[in-house]
Amino acid sequence: MSSFLRNLTPSQQVGLLFVIVFGLLIAASITALVMSLRDNGEDEIRTQDLHELNSLLNTSWIMCTVFWLGWASGETVATLLFAIVAFFALREFITLSPTRHGDHRSLVLAFFVVLPVQFWLVITKRFDLVTVFIPVYVFLAIPVVSALANDPQRFLERNAKLQWGIMVCVYGISHVPALLLLGFPNYSGKNAFLVFFLVFVVQTGMLVQHLANRKWPRTPTAPQVSQSFNWPSWLIGIATGGFVGGLMSGLTPFKPAQAVAMALIACVAGSLGHLVMKALKRDRGITNWGSEGKSVTGASGLLDRVDALCFSAPIFFHSVRWYFGV
Amino acid sequence: MNIRAKLMSLFLLGLIRALTGAQARWQGCPPKAEQRIYFANHQSHADLVLMWAALPEELRSITRPIAAKDYWTKTPFKQWITTAVFNAIYVDRTKITDQDPLEPLIDALESGDSIILFPEGTRGNQEEPQAFKSGLYNLAQRFPQVVLVPAWINNVQRVMPKGEVVPVPILCSVTFGAPLVLEPGEERGSFLARARQAVIALRDS
Repeated sequence: MSSFLRNLTPSQQVGLLFVIVFGLLIAASITALVMSLRDNGEDEIRTQDLHELNSLLNTSWIMCTVFWLGWASGETVATLLFAIVAFFALREFITLSPTRHGDHRSLVLAFFVVLPVQFWLVITKRFDLVTVFIPVYVFLAIPVVSALANDPQRFLERNAKLQWGIMVCVYGISHVPALLLLGFPNYSGKNAFLVFFLVFVVQTGMLVQHLANRKWPRTPTAPQVSQSFNWPSWLIGIATGGFVGGLMSGLTPFKPAQAVAMALIACVAGSLGHLVMKALKRDRGITNWGSEGKSVTGASGLLDRVDALCFSAPIFFHSVRWYFGV
Repeated sequence: MNIRAKLMSLFLLGLIRALTGAQARWQGCPPKAEQRIYFANHQSHADLVLMWAALPEELRSITRPIAAKDYWTKTPFKQWITTAVFNAIYVDRTKITDQDPLEPLIDALESGDSIILFPEGTRGNQEEPQAFKSGLYNLAQRFPQVVLVPAWINNVQRVMPKGEVVPVPILCSVTFGAPLVLEPGEERGSFLARARQAVIALRDS
């Protein structure tokens, strides 16, 4: 089996991965369909669970299709796809952070200059600049534009909100396609596995944490922020994420112990980032980042789906570059 | 609609959806092809464009927005876009002539079209809309069979504040409420206050 896998070309290996993932999705969708056919609507909790499962499946289908399109059409198109995701995520973030007239020019700068430049830096593989462009240059430039707008009211608060929006939505998301372009020795053509590794371990960690909390409910650590977050469940989630990462080391350029460490870093950053985003949502008095947080359809926003990735991608990217010197 | 106007309307729809989402929330009534007067709060010139984009395709073609003549005919491009794409009705706010400013609206309603009205008359910059002008009352009295639908337009003033040229992407929505009926013998003042409250009530819903 493993010799068969090793004899495949890198693109055949990645293709096989997508076949497996889509196969699993089809199986899960068929199961959900059968369950919904047998659902007679009497048990309300069951119907609610089914509804959640379906929305999770829909997201997974969309995400996998986006990843597949990105991989099939090359790194540049993949980066552009992530740029679009970042654009919509930032749009959701800004919608829910009240801005004043004086912020207008800064917002124009964020959407139409910072975002395209950051993704252009990724496409052209200027990784040193990718890492510092937003935290250094943009963070100092945005307040200048805001100050020139001549509106001192809640100045610090407004700038902090905008800078956080850029940090999470643009900086965080831009590091996912940056992983595709990282040049590991003896690993060319297989960078898609690195993205898969990151997404898979982070999502596994989050899912296990969620399930652990449902199975063994405990007093939440920060009840004002999150009713579901507590340290024991968190540890179970992180540990599982790290273990799964170790199992997947064959897909990555890492040795097993390195893969466990990388997976742990990604899981810690992702799950704690998710908690931070929850705090931001509570501050705005909303439950999700959908259209104004009060969408009638019950669908949540794009940012709800990708927030863990926004935090884990830059840290994962930086650790990999720093440790392996690529 | 000629081919240029068609292309322009497709381009505008794409642009507006990318920038604002242009989400329509039909809360009090379904989108239905009956003759209607939509009346909404007014904070930006872009209100008209957002309302137009939020309506479904079938209703868009039979619904005509009201546009302020002084602003929307200032340049040939604005004039072309309001006539060819939005199929708008111009209202003269300056009142140089003796002509009844409601006349073009009455013509449109008589020919069976729905209209989009901003009863405040001018753009407000306060949290709450200003007092409604009597045009809505006069039209409701004259056309009792036309359904009056209140609407709340959210966030548009943030997309393009007064004096700015580049729009910023921010999600906007239009909430449509339950139709309003002019009671027999209801007075002008109380009807207009009721209509204004119906619009404000949609803000927090």
